[in-house]
Amino acid sequence: MMRFILLVFFYITVVVNAHGRAPVVVPDTMAERVRACTICHSAENKATRDAYYPRIAGKPQGYLFSQLRNFRDGRRYYQPMMILLENMSDEYLLEIARYFSELRLPYPPPERIHMQPDEIRLAERLIYSGNPEQDIPACSACHGDNLMGIEPAIPGLLGLSRAYISAQLSGWRTGSIIRSQTSDCMSEIAKQLTDDEANAVAKWLANQPVAGESRPFKSLLPELVRRCSQNIQENGDSK
Amino acid sequence: MRYQIFSSNHWKCNALFWWCIAVLILALSAMVADAIAADTERSSEGQGEGVMRGAYLARVGNCMGCHTTKGGQPFAGGRRLSTSFGIFVTPNITPDMETGIGLWSEEDFWQALHQGRSRDGRLLYPAFPYTEYTKVTRQDADAIFAYLQSLSPVSQVNSPHDIFFPYNSKSLLAIWRALYFKEGAYEPDQSKSETWNRGAYLVQGLGHCNACHTTRNILGASQDEALAGGQIMGMNWYAPSLSSHLEAGSGGWEIEEIVALLTTGITKRAVASGPMATVVRQSLQYLSQEDTYAMAVYLKSLSENVSSNMPGGVSFSVMSGSLRKHMDLGGKLYEEYCQTCHGSDGKGVPGIYPALAGNRGVTMDSPMNVILSVLNGGYPPTTAGNPRPYGMPPFQQVLRNEEVALVVSYIRNAWGNRSSLVSAVDVDRSKGGNY
Repeated sequence: MMRFILLVFFYITVVVNAHGRAPVVVPDTMAERVRACTICHSAENKATRDAYYPRIAGKPQGYLFSQLRNFRDGRRYYQPMMILLENMSDEYLLEIARYFSELRLPYPPPERIHMQPDEIRLAERLIYSGNPEQDIPACSACHGDNLMGIEPAIPGLLGLSRAYISAQLSGWRTGSIIRSQTSDCMSEIAKQLTDDEANAVAKWLANQPVAGESRPFKSLLPELVRRCSQNIQENGDSK
Repeated sequence: MRYQIFSSNHWKCNALFWWCIAVLILALSAMVADAIAADTERSSEGQGEGVMRGAYLARVGNCMGCHTTKGGQPFAGGRRLSTSFGIFVTPNITPDMETGIGLWSEEDFWQALHQGRSRDGRLLYPAFPYTEYTKVTRQDADAIFAYLQSLSPVSQVNSPHDIFFPYNSKSLLAIWRALYFKEGAYEPDQSKSETWNRGAYLVQGLGHCNACHTTRNILGASQDEALAGGQIMGMNWYAPSLSSHLEAGSGGWEIEEIVALLTTGITKRAVASGPMATVVRQSLQYLSQEDTYAMAVYLKSLSENVSSNMPGGVSFSVMSGSLRKHMDLGGKLYEEYCQTCHGSDGKGVPGIYPALAGNRGVTMDSPMNVILSVLNGGYPPTTAGNPRPYGMPPFQQVLRNEEVALVVSYIRNAWGNRSSLVSAVDVDRSKGGNY
């Protein structure tokens, strides 16, 4: 027994010495404070065995803030995010949103997904003209003419992977992204899309290179502001 | 600047004149408003103060914590509490006439808090901690009631509980009460200071610390009143003993450090995590200095006179070969994922990244909390004392169960720590059920 204990002590001493005892210096920065975020949301889109982590750098501040609050308050459901944010104040979440919105990181190159000419035409029509018969507005009407989002609360659609866009679209269709929002414009729109349309849009968007910045709020048409008021309120509700 | 205004153009003088008039009118109207306000204050003097005190006491009891669903209207209920007996849904306690407690009287409220009976005489399930609240004074209960009645009514219909057979039987509940519930009041201990007694009153009564920090029997009844720690019902978290030196007993702490943990959620050697972080955010950070001080005095006393119950020696139930393997592999993982923040010596950074060496949250018998911390990560609560906390990444996103087991085993046995090894099965078990 004594030999065993000594062995343990010896081993631990060796381990500790081998690792050295350099004191940890903690920078007083946001980058250090959001380590818990960047382990998953790193510079590039990252897919792992369990989840898909979208890029958050450079997304509009209002959008990020509102999603952070949605996760925290259980409106957008993803348990790991909910647990992480559970005890954080609005003030701090806003600061985190600002940090990521101002973070400028290079975008990954676009994907190279093969598309038939028909498919490309279908995607481009939906993205730039929509389908008025089914009350589907053009993606570009809300997400900006360059599809890079509209300040402060509408996210860009480029620089995201096909897997993520498909997952989000199907989330909107099944109502599993934002719980209990009855009149939500994105879920209404997504429900109108056929599988082929949703696939074509996801592929096309993932194939585009990223260029330009998000557009200012005034570029949004008043009718769309009304229709999507729930999604574009900068601060969401105050619950 | 003023001279300039007086000596400048005529229109500026004119503007100044009107400005003075405006100020005068404002001042007069403010005086009138003050007079009116003073009048109303006089007429409801007792009541206004009662409401304020009630608001404070509702914070101490953290009524809102349970009676609010995630993202829902405060106090409107609807939160689902999962237990081994089924799901309890907390009711609406806003003063809505139809769906809330708008029709309740002070007496009804007292009966609920003190006796665990609803307005209609129905017995309440002890998921509502009347086993603790029974010690709340009538005066405090009335103040809380006055506060709840002052809220804006929210119309939100209570959902029914979903309780498994046979626990849904009312007669079983009556038997339970006969066995485990004693209606009572807080009896001050005359041999102790007033501060100690205040702390004990808050901890045992309204603060209902014993709702979590206790071992429960198979019928969900608290086994002791000593805050000896236990598995939290319906959660994977373990509420450590507040009276044991091996867990969260604070006998060896300075009062100031206990106060700091309760009010800011972080000290140089400890961080409130999991459900305790929520309690700090929702409740404890708002307590007066006197009250947190009193609670600290009482909590410290719980383990002050307990004879040192440190373990005599290390007793591993595993072979040394297995330990060596764990330490080796776990140490490598630690170096890769943990060392940047917690340091190669496990000492962390005081007030930012908690020390793991000598941390009782790491070494205590139940490995649940340390496993959950590695899996879920988390931020300490944002409080006035720590508004921009540093966080811990959720390592379940990058580590497999086996790896979590190795790294947890490592930190439980490195730097002089001594505790049992954990297995991938332990890790897997802590993933099930509710967070």
